[in-house]
Amino acid sequence: MLNKLVVENLRHRPVRTALTVLAIGLQVTMILTLVGLSRGMVQASVNRTRGIGADIMVRPAGSALIGLSSAPMSEKYLAVIEKLPHVAVATGTVIHAVGGLDTITGIDYEKFVEMSGGVRFLEGGPFRSEREVIIDDYYSRQRNLHPGDTTSLSNVEWKVAGVMESGKLARVFVPIRVLQDLTANTGKLSVIYVKADDPKNVPGLLEALKKKFPDNPIYSMEEFLSQLTVNNIPGLNAFITVIVALSVIFGFLVVFLAMYTAVLERTREIGILKALGATPGYVLNILVRETVVLALVGTFAGILFTFGTRAVIMNRYPASLTQVIVPDWWPIALAIALAAAVAGTAYPGIKAARQDAIEALAYE
Amino acid sequence: MSDPLAFSTTLQANGAEPLIAARALKKTYVVGDVDVHALRGVDLEVERAEFVAIVGPSGSGKSTLFNILGGLTPPTAGAIHIDGVDLTRLTDGERTRLRREKIGFVFQRYNLLPTLTAADNIALARTIAGNVNHDDPEFNEILDLLGISHRLHHKPRAMSGGEQQRVAIARAIVNHPAILLADEPTGNLDTENSTIVLDLLRDLNGRLGQTILMITHNPEAAAYAHRIVHMRDGRVAGGP
Repeated sequence: MLNKLVVENLRHRPVRTALTVLAIGLQVTMILTLVGLSRGMVQASVNRTRGIGADIMVRPAGSALIGLSSAPMSEKYLAVIEKLPHVAVATGTVIHAVGGLDTITGIDYEKFVEMSGGVRFLEGGPFRSEREVIIDDYYSRQRNLHPGDTTSLSNVEWKVAGVMESGKLARVFVPIRVLQDLTANTGKLSVIYVKADDPKNVPGLLEALKKKFPDNPIYSMEEFLSQLTVNNIPGLNAFITVIVALSVIFGFLVVFLAMYTAVLERTREIGILKALGATPGYVLNILVRETVVLALVGTFAGILFTFGTRAVIMNRYPASLTQVIVPDWWPIALAIALAAAVAGTAYPGIKAARQDAIEALAYE
Repeated sequence: MSDPLAFSTTLQANGAEPLIAARALKKTYVVGDVDVHALRGVDLEVERAEFVAIVGPSGSGKSTLFNILGGLTPPTAGAIHIDGVDLTRLTDGERTRLRREKIGFVFQRYNLLPTLTAADNIALARTIAGNVNHDDPEFNEILDLLGISHRLHHKPRAMSGGEQQRVAIARAIVNHPAILLADEPTGNLDTENSTIVLDLLRDLNGRLGQTILMITHNPEAAAYAHRIVHMRDGRVAGGP
């Protein structure tokens, strides 16, 4: 009977119920989308980095594990590395940030193809002149660019030479020499990728490189990729924590307002229940159950909305943003929504439970 | 006495007490800096199976008496026993229990929960009282008597005032309370429905021996009672 009363109360005020569910849903969506984006973008980055086909990466001295860098490492390193035993191919890249999280990557196209095992073009082909750019299919879709089109990157007009299948290191490539000159990094590299002649020679080659360049961070690709996680990206966990905290406050305020209004609206009904002999606990129980139902339905809606945000993001920003669905965060989001909702019900619930029956019955 | 409600059993067994016994009952409300003396010393006794009407003008204290008898508010002074229970000694929780177990309310504005059907309004009163026995032949008979069996699955907004009041009466007696307190039960009804409701109250009293205390300012309604108690200025002005 109590559950029936709870359900009927919620059905009786469909607009407020729907708005509260929507607000809780948005709270949950905010959390799940943020976590999904964090994980998705890191995973996409891992997949693309793996796609280059290297076994070892050499980074400039003093650089962090993760971070956009310019090109503080001399090209002479590359010449030295290429001469080491068991090096099948070595190639350097220059990474240049062009706004937001987007970058362009300067590559030595022939070496890049050799290391990655080939590039599959969906449209167009490789560079034919200096001011040309190769983009992947995600970037092509996001910017609606095709071979022959021009695009402005870092205040330079580039002509699209080809659209390649994604999954090879980056989304936007230009000739390395051009990017080095444009960014005043002539003769400098951001990262050097090394491929061994045989996988079993990778540990030995790694040791040799570390001995040769003791000041440079040098990782096997597996080691590097295993550390490329949300937890290792500076500030990301703190950012997620802030957003979760804000969403808890948001959820708390929404439920507080909804339940406070509900208690005011139902003052007379509360008086009736009290006249019938309902205890304060019984009245509080009704409101808490209503809140729990709202939080459950809101969380479910929020999970569904997350599929919607993923569809929108992947459709509108396929190159810049990658969102994954994070089922392991569903119970966490539910717990957060429940905690915020129950906290938001505490004051209105206690107010209702303490309501004087005579005053409540006289309420117009 | 650790459980004042349990004490009633002893007194009932003795059969020595009237169902309601009030002595020098006073109630003072503090409104701002002013003391409002709503009851100034009410003496009242109601026997079991009596149908008593309390009449009086506005401000005479009859609603305050209703609230005290219903355990909705404690008196400021005086003594009051209902079914052997001393109301002056009850805590808020014990008064809640008293309402659940011994009192049935019928209000002028029906006070049905708008979200529930008539049947669910009645079932809710059962549930709150912890009465899980939904198979009550006597109660089914009462529903027939009240003439609402065919309207039980309608919500209050789909029912006439007379039907709503009959549902409210059913809800009030579903747990077989010692007293049915009715506050202006015909105040919102037309003459035809008023007659139906008053006839029903008299039937319930006659057939089931239900003790009824009805507050009204309508002399025709009061005439249905066995006894009329007049109130004026917070005191009983007439009676036996």
